[in-house]
Amino acid sequence: MQEIANQGLNGKSEYMQFVVQFHHMMLSKKITLAYEGEVTQEITKAFTAMTEKNLDKIEEDGKIKKKVYHVMVECLQNIAKHADDDSSGSSDKLEDGLSKTGIFVIGSDDKEYFITSGNGILNENIPALKAMLDSINALDQDALKELHKTKMRETAISSKGGAGLGFIDMVRKTGNPLEYHFEPIDGKSSFFLLKSRISKANSEK
Amino acid sequence: MSALIIEMKEDTPAIHLDAAAGKFEFSGKSLPEDVSSFYASTFGWIKDYAAAPNPTSVFVFKMTYFNTASSKIILDILMRLEEMKNEGKDVSVEWHFGEDDEDMKEAGEEYSEIVEVPFKFVEY
Repeated sequence: MQEIANQGLNGKSEYMQFVVQFHHMMLSKKITLAYEGEVTQEITKAFTAMTEKNLDKIEEDGKIKKKVYHVMVECLQNIAKHADDDSSGSSDKLEDGLSKTGIFVIGSDDKEYFITSGNGILNENIPALKAMLDSINALDQDALKELHKTKMRETAISSKGGAGLGFIDMVRKTGNPLEYHFEPIDGKSSFFLLKSRISKANSEK
Repeated sequence: MSALIIEMKEDTPAIHLDAAAGKFEFSGKSLPEDVSSFYASTFGWIKDYAAAPNPTSVFVFKMTYFNTASSKIILDILMRLEEMKNEGKDVSVEWHFGEDDEDMKEAGEEYSEIVEVPFKFVEY
């Protein structure tokens, strides 16, 4: 049987085998969306619409759906927006060097949805980004609210959307800290992974 | 002055600013690709309107969703209204939110704490 199968695949068995494994991996982690490539506004609209439809289909709770939507938009626009941002003037320093291509994955287990994004970042920007994420993660809801207000006021007039406000919003909306990881690519840059968790139990806000 | 009317899209809100009709309203979702360019006409309109406003202006927000970039633009709009208020004009905000939409309610409350403009909250 194995031989016949391989013949039928015209020597592509290794690749087909990979796809089969990939499929199994996606199923085992309950991956409902996985994407690698350029993130644009069109992609953001398509992915959010698709995910809303999927969540409707399984009759997911409205509040949870909203959280997923919020986090998806902030994640995707974080990748999309800071890309062509080579003007160092008005923009948040942290955004320089973040690339606009990346990965975006939505998975889940019985308890939570996981929304993970990944994109390139210059190593020199890592310490500041890490410090920002750590400081946001350390705050309780009241402190997050105050920080949100302060940040919004500070940046209302000028820039096009500092990463900080998006992170604060993600932690506030989900009630969970952001998990992150920097995977070194070379001496200059790293791959920045960011994971947000959304509880399927609709207890907290 | 002429009205500014922008139709609702998947990622941008409906904007209806009409001094003659006394209607000033933002409704829908806001997550445009470039918030500054999308809202540029709104700021232009408000600037002109502020020079010679109606005796009373109620700005209505019926948003169902906005991203963080838009949240700053909305604050910026509210700050323009605050400036009008400080110049002695009768300006207020009506903030609408869905029955179960705690987030939208809270967002409005937060804005009302930041700017010195009277807010009226309306649940629908």
